[in-house]
Amino acid sequence: MSVYLGVDLGSTTTKAVILDRDEKILGRGITNTRSDYQVATAVAETEARINARFTILRRLLEAEGSGVEMLDALVSRFAVRAFLFRLARLRRLALAHAGSAGGPVTERLRLALQSIFERIEADVRLNPEAAARLKRSFFRDLVGVAWMSLAESEAAKFDLDFEDLMGVFDVVILKEENTVLDFDFAETILAGHDPVSGNGADPRVVREAVAAAAREPLEVLNLAGTGYGRQRLPFRKDQIRSEILCHGLGAHYFFPATRSVLDIGGQDTKAIQIGGDGIATNFQMNDRCAAGCGRYLGYIADELNLSLDELGPLALTATRRVQVSSTCTVFAGAELRERLELGERREDILAGLHRAIVLRAMSLLSRSGGVREEFTFTGGVARNPAVVAALRELVIENYGGVTLNIHPDSIYMGAVGAALFARRDLPMEGLEMEPTR
Amino acid sequence: MSAGPAPQPARDAGVHKEKSMVLQKDMLAEYFERVTTSPKAGRKVVYTFVPGNLTELIQSFDLVPVYPEINALQNAMRKRSDSFIAEAERAGHSEDVCTYVKCDVGMSIGGNIGPSGEPIPPPDLLLLSYTGCFVFMKWFENLRTMYRCPVVMLHVPYQGEGMVTPEMRDYVVRQIRTELIPALEKVSGRPYDEEKLRERLRLSARAEDGLVRALASAKHRPSPIDAYFGGVYYVGPIFTAFRGTQGCVDYYDCLNEEIDERIRARVGPVTPEGPLGEERYRLVVEGPPNWTHFREFWKLFYDQGAVVVASSYTKVGGLYDRGFRHDPDHPLETLADYCLGCYTNLSLPSRVELLTRYVREYEADGFLIHSVKSCNSFSAGQLLIMREVEQRSGLAGGFLESDLVDSRYFSAANLKNRLESYLQMIEQKRRGGAAA
Repeated sequence: MSVYLGVDLGSTTTKAVILDRDEKILGRGITNTRSDYQVATAVAETEARINARFTILRRLLEAEGSGVEMLDALVSRFAVRAFLFRLARLRRLALAHAGSAGGPVTERLRLALQSIFERIEADVRLNPEAAARLKRSFFRDLVGVAWMSLAESEAAKFDLDFEDLMGVFDVVILKEENTVLDFDFAETILAGHDPVSGNGADPRVVREAVAAAAREPLEVLNLAGTGYGRQRLPFRKDQIRSEILCHGLGAHYFFPATRSVLDIGGQDTKAIQIGGDGIATNFQMNDRCAAGCGRYLGYIADELNLSLDELGPLALTATRRVQVSSTCTVFAGAELRERLELGERREDILAGLHRAIVLRAMSLLSRSGGVREEFTFTGGVARNPAVVAALRELVIENYGGVTLNIHPDSIYMGAVGAALFARRDLPMEGLEMEPTR
Repeated sequence: MSAGPAPQPARDAGVHKEKSMVLQKDMLAEYFERVTTSPKAGRKVVYTFVPGNLTELIQSFDLVPVYPEINALQNAMRKRSDSFIAEAERAGHSEDVCTYVKCDVGMSIGGNIGPSGEPIPPPDLLLLSYTGCFVFMKWFENLRTMYRCPVVMLHVPYQGEGMVTPEMRDYVVRQIRTELIPALEKVSGRPYDEEKLRERLRLSARAEDGLVRALASAKHRPSPIDAYFGGVYYVGPIFTAFRGTQGCVDYYDCLNEEIDERIRARVGPVTPEGPLGEERYRLVVEGPPNWTHFREFWKLFYDQGAVVVASSYTKVGGLYDRGFRHDPDHPLETLADYCLGCYTNLSLPSRVELLTRYVREYEADGFLIHSVKSCNSFSAGQLLIMREVEQRSGLAGGFLESDLVDSRYFSAANLKNRLESYLQMIEQKRRGGAAA
C-alpha cells in the first residue's frame, strides 16, 4: 500500500501521521524524545506504522465480518508486550550501567535495580489498570513514576542513596527512548498463545488478518515535515511546510467549516485565519517571548510536583479564580510560590493561570482578525480541559456563540496537515514512482 | 523614524558593490569629514531630523546639517548602538524610550564620537521641522538641556483630512518666515538669500526626478531593484545633507544608469551576495527596517527570492512618486509643503490608500508590515492598516516585529519562522490552495 507521511517536529513532542491515498488517517505516532530530531522522527514514524497496521487489521476484519470485537484486546496485548519489550531493554541497559562501577556498591545496586524492574513488570502483567495506562502515556513517564515510587524503599532496603537509583534512570532512559522499536508486529501479537481463545471469533481468520496486516508494505510515496525542527531534517525544501499552513489544513481536514484556528504549542502560540480550502490567509504568532505556551504549563506542573495531565482537571475544581496577570515562563515558579505563601489554594491559582494563558492567546486571535464562524483549537495544550473551559468562556464573551471544535487528535493536527500536503503534492492516482527515501 | 543614507557596512570584505554605492560611500565620508571639521573651519552646525527636513534652507546659510537619527542607524550598522543604548539606560532612560533617542543620548554621553570615529560637534541650533513625532520634541528638549543651545520648533499640522490646505501651508510658511529664518540668520551671521535657496531647490527637483525614476523601475519584471533594503541606500542622499547639490543629481544619474543596465539585461537587484537569482515573491513593505541586523534581515528575504518592489519607509522624506517636487518658484511654500507631506504626517486612510496603490501598481504578491517597537509614528494603527489593505487588495498581509537599533528586539529565529510561513502561504495560494 502506498502511503503519505507527515511529521511535526515540535519543541516538546514529535508526531507522525500516515495517510492512505484517500486521505484517510491510517496511523499516528508520538514521542517525547527530544535529544535528536532524526531519532524522534524515526521513533514517531515507527509508532505510526504500527498504528497503521492496526487500522489495516480493522479493515480486514471488517471485510471478513469476524473478529472486529477482538481488536481492543489485541491492541492492549500489543501495548503490554511492547512495554515489556522496552522494559527488558531498559533493564539490560541499567544493569550494564550499574556494573560499570565495580565493588560492593555495584552488587547492591544491581539487586535494587532487579527488584525495581521485577515489581514494575509484575504490576503491568497483573494489574489491568496499569496495563490500560500504557496506551495513554509515554514510556518515560510510566516507568519514571513507578521507578520514583519504588526507589525510596529499595534504596533503604539495599543501603543505597535514593539519588543513585534515580541517577541510573536518568542515564539509561535517554538511551532507551532514542532506540527505534524493532520487533515484529505479527509475532508480538500472536506469539505464545491463541489470540482469540474464548471470544467466539474464528481464530484462523484473525491469525490470517494479523499476518496480512503485518505483511502489508507501507511504502511512503511522499512526505512533508513541519514544526520547529523542520529545517534540521534532510527534507527537501519542497517537502517542508510551515506550522501555520499545516495546522490550518489539519483543522480544515477534521472540521471543514473552520475559519479561525488557535494553536497553542510547546513554545509558541499561533492564531490562524483560513479560507474555505483550508489554506491560511492570515496569522499572528507570539513574539520572542514564549509566555503562556505549553512550556509554561510544564514549569507550573514541575513546580507543583504534578504531571502535565493533572493540571487542568485540578484547576477545574477551583471554587474561585485568583487573578494572575503574568504568564512569564521564567517567573512562573516565583509567581506560584508567592501566591501559595499568601495562602491561596493550588486549584484557585491554577484556575487564574489557565485563564491568563487564554487571555494572551485572545490578544493574538484578535490581531489575526478575530474568530469567524467555526473555530478550532489545536496543539498539545488543547488537551487541557481548564484551558478549553477558559477559552470557551472568553470566545463566547468576545465573539458570541460560535462553534468551538476540539478534536481528540488535536495534538496531531500539524502532522495531519503535513501528510495532506505530502499527499496533495502528488495528485496523480496510480503514479508509479520511487519512494522518496 | 527617518531614512537611511548609504548605510556604510561595517565589514566590506567580499560584499558586492555597485559604482553608485561606492560613490555614495565617498559622499558620506566627505559629509562626515565636513561635519567633524566644522568647529575648526568656523562652520556652524544645525541638528535636525529627516522627516520634513529643511536642508536646502539650512545649507543656503552655509550651515552644516546633522541628523541624529542617521547617526543612530549608522552606529547600529557598525554594531555600536547597543552600548550607547545601555549608556542611556544607565542615565535613566527606560527600556520603552525610542532607541534612536537612546542611541543618540548614549553617544553624546560618551563624547559624541560619530560613525566616522571623529567627534560630532555640539549643535549651534536645534531645528525641529516636523512635530508629528512627539518623541522628536522630547529628544530636542533633552539635547537643549545637554547643549544649552537655541531651539526652533515648527508646528506642522497633521493631515487629518488627507490633504494640505492653503491655511496649513500659510501657517507653516509664516513660522518659517518669522521664526526660523531670523534664527538661522542669527546663528550664521548671514542674511537670508532667496536666490541661493532657489538654486538649491532647482537641484533638489532634478535629483527628485532621478529618485522617482529609480524607484519606479521596480514595476519591471524582474524588478531591477529592491525598493526597501536597496531602497534605503537610494533615498540616502536625497533625504539628508545632499539634497540641493549637484553631487546628489550626479548620484541619481549614476544609479539610473546601473538600473537601466539591469533592466536591459533582465537581472534582479544586487544583494550583498551579488545579483539576486529568481524573483519569486514581489512584496510591498510598510515600516522601517532593522539596522542592527540589516544584512541578516535582508538575507531572510533574498534567500527565498523575495524582492520588495515598493515600501513606505522610502517615503519618510517625501512622497515624490505622488508628484511632489521642490519648486524654486515658490521657495517657502514648497518647503512648507515638504514639511507637511512626509509619510508619517499622512492620515491612516491616506496610508492605506497609498499602500494599496503600491500593491496594485507594482503588481505585488504580498504585503508585509515590519513593526518596530521604537516608533509609534509608524506602528500605531498598523494592524488596522493591514486589515484594510488586505480587504482592498485581496492579498494576505504579513506581520513581522523587531526594532530599529536595539538588537535585543531582533529575534532571528522568530522572524525567519514568520517570514517563511508568510511566503509559504503565498506559494500555497499560487499553487491553487490545498489542491496541489
